Amino acid sequence: MRTLSAYQDFIDFFAEINWKEIWRGSEQTIQMLGFSMLFTVLLGLALGVLLFLTTRGQLLENKIVYTVLSYVINILRSVPFIILMISIIPLTKIIVGTSIGVKGAIPPLVIAAAPFFARLVETALREVDRGVIEAAQAMGASKWTIIWRVMLREARTGIIAAITITAVTLVSYTAMAGAIGAGGLGDLAIRYGYQRFRPDILVVTVGLLIVLVQLLQTLGDWLVRRLTRK
Amino acid sequence: MKKPSTSFKINQVLRSELINIPLNLCLYNPPSPVWHYDGGITLIQLEGISKRYKNGKLVTTAVDNVSLTINKGDIFGIIGHSGAGKSTLIRCVNLLERPTEGRVIVGGTDLTALKSGMLQDARKRIGMIFQHFNLLTTATVRANVAFPLELAKMPRAQIRNRVDELLKLVGLSEHGDKYPAQLSGGQKQRVGIARALANNPHVLLCDEATSALDPQTTSSILSLLLDINRQLGITILLITHEMNVIRSICNRVAVMDKGRVVETGDVLDVFLKPQMQVTKDFVAQVADTIDSGHFDNRPEGIVVRVHFIGEVTYEPILYEEVKKTSATFAILQGTVSRMKDTPYGQLVVELRGSAADTGSVLEGLRKRGLDVEVIG
Ligand SMILES: Nc1ncnc2c1ncn2[C@@H]1O[C@H](COP(=O)(O)OP(=O)(O)OP(=O)(O)O)[C@@H](O)[C@H]1O
Ligand SMILES: [Mg+2]
Repeated sequence: MRTLSAYQDFIDFFAEINWKEIWRGSEQTIQMLGFSMLFTVLLGLALGVLLFLTTRGQLLENKIVYTVLSYVINILRSVPFIILMISIIPLTKIIVGTSIGVKGAIPPLVIAAAPFFARLVETALREVDRGVIEAAQAMGASKWTIIWRVMLREARTGIIAAITITAVTLVSYTAMAGAIGAGGLGDLAIRYGYQRFRPDILVVTVGLLIVLVQLLQTLGDWLVRRLTRK
Repeated sequence: MKKPSTSFKINQVLRSELINIPLNLCLYNPPSPVWHYDGGITLIQLEGISKRYKNGKLVTTAVDNVSLTINKGDIFGIIGHSGAGKSTLIRCVNLLERPTEGRVIVGGTDLTALKSGMLQDARKRIGMIFQHFNLLTTATVRANVAFPLELAKMPRAQIRNRVDELLKLVGLSEHGDKYPAQLSGGQKQRVGIARALANNPHVLLCDEATSALDPQTTSSILSLLLDINRQLGITILLITHEMNVIRSICNRVAVMDKGRVVETGDVLDVFLKPQMQVTKDFVAQVADTIDSGHFDNRPEGIVVRVHFIGEVTYEPILYEEVKKTSATFAILQGTVSRMKDTPYGQLVVELRGSAADTGSVLEGLRKRGLDVEVIG
């Protein structure tokens, strides 16, 4: 009988939840994550490759470009996300026309995550054996070919791992973005869980965020395993 | 383990007529067992190459004013100790390293004067293999070999055939779908060789190509290189720190020390009569050479060193010449061996008899083409 009543308590605990709202929150989180990941990968990959190539001794060695880029990235990375988000509101309005909702969250998410991802890409490219790049040069490959067909190819597992880490980081950023009106699961957790003291909603939203992170990590690890040739 | 018979494979491939080698190269004659290669056609000319690295105030001179001529058909070896500048020099040949001074002329073209697009095209005809193979780890053996062909914009169907041929040439037909991590060191180097030969280069650069391999694998790779040189007429420039590599396949050698070329010439000449101390040390690596320092002060007669080179090594010349007189001889030390294909021998003998007799023996030996040196 006791187990039955524990079960009943469990059901009752979640009885008041508006699942429609939870569903909408999940949708918004996924949207924020998807779009910000897309732009983060595009921008961060370009930055990371540029950062790597302009390093001393690399194909496009350029001290000025490297130093400037490196400083900007360090600065962006050292500002806490929530502060970054608030301080670039005018810029966000210029880019997407609003600073709230899913749309308003994407520019700050990308600006926060792209530098982080760029550093990870740079590190992944450093792992590529110099000898392989040299062999391609010796075969008469152009710089462009070397970037696409040798460096990015050889670094692919490192880059996928970087994408995974960045996606997981972005999940927590989207939750923070919820605090200033971006919507999503984070917004639900703060509005209900914190401000109206609804532990049931807190438990559900946090649970969903955990599931999301687990899924992303599992998918990333699986891809890395599949593509490893060492 | 049996050594793969690569020459047989190469013949098959040549007969398939799919390799597109200029006729004059197909008719390339394997070098006859004569050790002089004078009057060849120059393929690579290095003129006053220097390479300096600046590191703050410190300047390292890795290569110091090196000039070398490598002829078509040569297997030219550069030997030197670690840090002598060999890698830097060979990397200057395809401008992986741009020399601080000097010109690199390959096949009549001054590479140092080319713009990057033209240099990329020139590099497609200069194959290179590496100590650590440097294969794409994420690509199969086939894809690795296909890579330079794709760079040269060969049509897809043709690439497939060409890759088949090349894999057959290096004896890896069964391993096309493997990844480099699944291959042994020797097999990886074979992939490297197939890749380097893909665009029919006129020269193959080898940077310590066998230094990461065990002796048996080394000799199978060396014999593959020798076959490639003979059957395809590809000139080979290799660097090594092992005299054994030079002796097995090279016809010409340059010795490097502290960035300079200190001695250069035909392998047999350098091997049998090394001039500089570094060279002597390298020659001593190969155990069957003889050291003739201990034969002076023999009271009875004169001590002479006789060099046999070529087929005369196996002729009873010494016996015949001594028999003509009443002189006698004692062998103090000797060796008979082979360098690449050339038999050679070195004997230190003591000749006993009257001055007239020993004199006529020496003259007789010299007349029959032996190199005779009185050393005591
Ligand atoms: N990129 C570089 N920057 C500074 N110094 C260098 C560089 N590359 C080579 N050197 C120096 O140049 C010299 C020659 O080096 P190199 O690699 O050509 O020698 P090596 O004969 O190939 O030796 P090993 O047999 O060990 O490969 C060494 O003293 C080395 O420290
Ligand atoms: Mg070296």
